[in-house]
Amino acid sequence: MLKTRIIALVILLLGVGVGFFVYKTEISSRNLAPGATATGWAKYPFRLGLDLSGGTHLVYKADVSGLDANQVKASMDSLRDNIERRVNIFGVSEPLIQIQNGGFSNAGEERLIVDLPGITDVAKAIDTIGKTPILEFRTENPIKDAPQEAKIDENGNLTIDPYASQFVKTELTGRYLDKATLNFDQKTGEAIVSLQFDDEGSKLFEKITSENIGKTVAIFLDGQPISVPTVNEKITGGQAVISGSFTPQEAKDLVQNLNFGALPVPITLISTETIGPILGVQATKAGVTAGIIGFLAIIIFLFLWYRLPGLIAVISLSIYAVIMLAIFKLLPVTLTAAGIAGFIISIGIAVDANVLIFERMKEELRKGDNVSDSIHHGFKRAWLSVRDSNISSIITAIILFWFGTPLIQGFALVFLIGVVISMISAISITRLFLYTLNFKKTTKFTNFFFGSGLSSAKVDIK
Amino acid sequence: MFIIKNKKIFVIISAVLVSFSIFSMIFFGLKFGIDFKGGSLLEVQYSDVRPTQSEIEEAIKPLSLGSIVVQPMGEMGYSIKTRDITLEEKNSIMGSLGETAEELNFNSIGPSVGAELVRKSIISFILVVLGIIFWIAFSFRKVSKPVSSWKYGLIAIVSLIHDVIIPTGILALLGYIYGVEIDTLFVVAILTILGLSVSDTIVVFDRIRENIRIGNFKTFEETVGRSLDQVYTRSIATSFTVIIVLLALVFFGPASTKFFAIILTVGMFFGTYSSIFLASPLLVMVNNLQTKKKN
Repeated sequence: MLKTRIIALVILLLGVGVGFFVYKTEISSRNLAPGATATGWAKYPFRLGLDLSGGTHLVYKADVSGLDANQVKASMDSLRDNIERRVNIFGVSEPLIQIQNGGFSNAGEERLIVDLPGITDVAKAIDTIGKTPILEFRTENPIKDAPQEAKIDENGNLTIDPYASQFVKTELTGRYLDKATLNFDQKTGEAIVSLQFDDEGSKLFEKITSENIGKTVAIFLDGQPISVPTVNEKITGGQAVISGSFTPQEAKDLVQNLNFGALPVPITLISTETIGPILGVQATKAGVTAGIIGFLAIIIFLFLWYRLPGLIAVISLSIYAVIMLAIFKLLPVTLTAAGIAGFIISIGIAVDANVLIFERMKEELRKGDNVSDSIHHGFKRAWLSVRDSNISSIITAIILFWFGTPLIQGFALVFLIGVVISMISAISITRLFLYTLNFKKTTKFTNFFFGSGLSSAKVDIK
Repeated sequence: MFIIKNKKIFVIISAVLVSFSIFSMIFFGLKFGIDFKGGSLLEVQYSDVRPTQSEIEEAIKPLSLGSIVVQPMGEMGYSIKTRDITLEEKNSIMGSLGETAEELNFNSIGPSVGAELVRKSIISFILVVLGIIFWIAFSFRKVSKPVSSWKYGLIAIVSLIHDVIIPTGILALLGYIYGVEIDTLFVVAILTILGLSVSDTIVVFDRIRENIRIGNFKTFEETVGRSLDQVYTRSIATSFTVIIVLLALVFFGPASTKFFAIILTVGMFFGTYSSIFLASPLLVMVNNLQTKKKN
């Protein structure tokens, strides 16, 4: 018994400790000066989703029609990294960039999702992301005087690619570029851009140059030829130079754009959502208020209805809530308005488990067991109910998570973690604390405090 | 036993509620928001004087954006809905609205994104329903007499459908009166109701299962009836706690989750109702039908 009581005390202290952690980290990160690096306590703020922090949500469609099926994943990953580099330079704190693979539910489209919290100048953001250049190397079209290519796209617009008849695309694109540097031509003083390809790119370049000696190889940027040199010899080592009457500023911009990574695949913007920060702050405040009120309401209910076990449930619930908050900080879990709703709902569910156990306990008490035995049996028999009824919620949460959009995933994750932790906290913490109340005798005192609702515990069975 | 003795009445009540809801859905129609249809939504707020609705419509007309729906929002704002537009088009709208107009919120959803959401919603719904049937059939597999385990699952699904149709019917009504639309959060609410309400039904079935195993009572009907007596406080208490927090969300929570919480509250309430007053009576009726067939 003493051991149980000591463990209970330890858990209580741990709970207080976790609560302190949550409190301290939140205060520290709020006091952080903007732009300063976070150290120590301040490293664990709550991560807020776009609908709470305000910001921009962009969905791009990636055009992978030019790629083989097995190249798609690598290209999408490289696209993701590219955009991330771009966005990081832009100075967004905690941007979220994800790929949604083409699949059954996507209608086969490859998507890129970019979340920029706190960014309200959407036009600039889209500019920065969208304008990464597409670098291509094309060789002469062997068919002389080929007819011009005309394409009709999904909206019924006619586009003519004036260069397709002259030049044919090769495999060598900006994907294989390692680095671009700004240089000045020794003789003319012109600004030029030196390109260094990676290993694969160097091999490709070697192949292209060796196959096209005496012919022109055109360097295309964003669909326009910027340089059409003639190949004199096979070039190994993967170095090329673009000279195209650039002004120094143009060359500098081009080098920077190329280094951010020429986009491996072209992207089009198909969806934007911006949430103003005012709405975000309102939503957060309201969410926190609702959470506190909901918690208080439950505490009152538990006290009034279940009395002494109710007090234990309240302690167990508080520890549960504090653990959940700490998990949000440490994982971290991005909180959206729906996520806060999910957390509040999970508090309700956490109570469920306790209620199931108490009701079972009451039944055992009514059957005539003493307090200690009814706790024991109550738990054993209630555990099955708790487990089964929570598994259905878990199934729902997992499927919701798969559903995909960040808004829903925010809810699903919080809900899932909430249900699991609530099960654990009910059967471990609540049980432990109840065992510390191991009253062997049944007295009027225990009857009142273990009864519930309007009755006391000892009720004659009809 | 009261509930089982009057099982026909309770099943009829449920049937009536469901019919009303279906009628509401057909009559009032379900308003799908831009999340599903695609399109754009621009919410603006004026800092001092708010122009009239027709002034706004006149100001935007020259931009040739097709059909526009302008609705007042609160005291000082408007929500403007059009087909999905580019940023430049949004900026021209903002320009034509005047200097004192401030942008609160802008969403533009391409049609393919909307269609994807519809697809995913339907698939998720089917998956959750299947998941639940299998889980119940599995966890009740040892209780195949007198009613086989998958029938428990089926009855649970019937009560779930009841739990989902009624909130949707109410949403159609709310949509008609307040202009509430179906968005992603509504789908999340429905799926959550599925998960939560079935857990309540399981609490009841669980007790029935235990009493069958112990063999306390003579007939199946008596088993179900007495089980209900034993668990109804428990069932109500567990749902009550979730409803308390949901109400806190409805009244004090963020505006964006208000209708989400309302739908969940309605769903939770009917979820409990259906576990006690619908699922168990149906179980007894199924058993009675089975026995009649055998004889």
